[in-house]
Amino acid sequence: MTQKSSGFFNWINARLPIVNTYERHLSKHPVPKKVNFWYMFGALASVVLIIQIVSGIWLMFGYENTEEGAFASIEYIMRDIEYGWVIRYMHTTGASMFFAVVYLHMFRGLLYGSYHKPRELVWVFGMTIYLVMMAEGFLGYVLPYGQMSYWGAQVIISLFGAIPYIGESLEIWVRGDYYISGATISRFFALHVVALPLILIALVFMHLVALHEVGAGNPEGVDIEKHLDEDGVPLDSVPFFPYKVLNALVAIGIFGIVFSIIMFFFPEGGGYMLELANFEEANPLSTPEHIAPVWYYSPYYAMLRAVPDKLGGLVVMGAAIAILFVVPWLDRSKAASIRYKGILSKIAMTIFIISWLMLAWLGTVPVTALRTTLSIIGTIIYFAFFLLMPIYTSIEKTKPVPERL
Amino acid sequence: MEEKITTRRKVLIGMTSAVGAVGASFGVVPFVASWNPSAKAKAVGGPVKVDVSKMQVGQKIQVSWRKQPVFVIRHSKAALDSLSKVESKLDDPKSLKIEEPYRDVNPTRSTSDEYTVIAGVCTHLGCAPKYYPEIESQPWDESWVGGFFCPCHGSMFDIVGRVFKGVPAPTNLKVPPHYFDGSILTIGEERGTA
Repeated sequence: MTQKSSGFFNWINARLPIVNTYERHLSKHPVPKKVNFWYMFGALASVVLIIQIVSGIWLMFGYENTEEGAFASIEYIMRDIEYGWVIRYMHTTGASMFFAVVYLHMFRGLLYGSYHKPRELVWVFGMTIYLVMMAEGFLGYVLPYGQMSYWGAQVIISLFGAIPYIGESLEIWVRGDYYISGATISRFFALHVVALPLILIALVFMHLVALHEVGAGNPEGVDIEKHLDEDGVPLDSVPFFPYKVLNALVAIGIFGIVFSIIMFFFPEGGGYMLELANFEEANPLSTPEHIAPVWYYSPYYAMLRAVPDKLGGLVVMGAAIAILFVVPWLDRSKAASIRYKGILSKIAMTIFIISWLMLAWLGTVPVTALRTTLSIIGTIIYFAFFLLMPIYTSIEKTKPVPERL
Repeated sequence: MEEKITTRRKVLIGMTSAVGAVGASFGVVPFVASWNPSAKAKAVGGPVKVDVSKMQVGQKIQVSWRKQPVFVIRHSKAALDSLSKVESKLDDPKSLKIEEPYRDVNPTRSTSDEYTVIAGVCTHLGCAPKYYPEIESQPWDESWVGGFFCPCHGSMFDIVGRVFKGVPAPTNLKVPPHYFDGSILTIGEERGTA
């Protein structure tokens, strides 16, 4: 128990460890003294999570989860509810920004080897969060029941149909009808606003508890736990408050500016964040000329289209996400950070970034023969980056990692 | 003695867990089954009738059955004669991979010798394919012989809905149950049923 606390807090703390928890996980939590901007995206992701929860609750006040009412209720929110458009654009911009910061956060992990021992579980929980987010984003996109909601859902639910034997009945079971109807919307609504957010919050909690157990990484890949002071606090660390908090506030401020500019001036994101076809109500009899996912799914969609086989496409897409989970066991390098890894890792990382961006673009444009070839090449590079990782990270010569940060 | 008790305890724990697991899995049934189509959803899927006598030769119309598009195409004699010529391009010209309700009845795959009745749902990922009957070069196929093209992922089908080789769609478009009563086409049931 701390002496600084007043009698009231002492009384509470003896019954509920709020002061201890606050000091252990927030005020006194040691963080590496030298990190860079890449280490801000985790904090930003939690900010977006809060934005999504709050704006989502406010959207529910006006949204109607029926086949007849869903599309009209979105228009009602946009036109009739005071500031309803702000709430909705906050939520749609939030969805895109959530993926943007999470992709950057994940990329930081790859770049500086944040998944290296002992942070494997932190990575695995993070990947599970990403997987749940993808499901959450998909379910949410169906709710307005526009043309792209309908046909996007039609394509994604049809993926279940690729599973041998049970596929077709599984499709009907997921939809609860012979087409994407009110039954589908109301269950997607329940999953989107209750079930998956609960899972997401639980996973974020585990991600953070696991992180605080092993401590945050740093861009040098130095293990700061090796040199402790007499209190067992790492010498190369600073307390979370005020150092990390004030840093994060600057990052949150900049992020808020970017977020607001998009929300107020470019909420449709040029058709990549809100697709134009979705401003038309769902018509089960007419497919839009061009079906493309929103930008954050597009690399996987490009992979799906690269495979000229229904089941094969599903397997490749699933494997592309599954392989991310095992990265901690694929990287055999002695150095965690790219700064001390060898030339092979640096070349592999560069090619990987280029091919990922290419796939992201390919997933948003209509198919042509050349683009299909490019998608196949991109898919092969994507898998090669991960599958060859045990080889190129173990044969290359790494630079010695410094002892202190 | 000590060992005997431990073994007995293990067996009892094992048996209790097994019975508990069986009970729990029965408990899951209502939660899983409630996701099946409701009685209401099942009832809505009744048959639809359409008069096809006004259709032009070569024309395609779209009928909604269970809120899914069904294509009806009236073929010319020449078009039907050319069906056997495209077979080398097809993956499954005889529809052996799927349950074909009216196999070997008519080249149209329907119960009529003039009209084709097919579900307008791509067997790949469920988009509605588009009808391009003209025999002319297309961006997706230079030697296009006429048929259906799915804009979503580029699957191709001939004019009676048979799938081409080397496209993502695994099977031919499905033929829904139907019958003709003169020029009145009923989609969604067989003659004499219901």
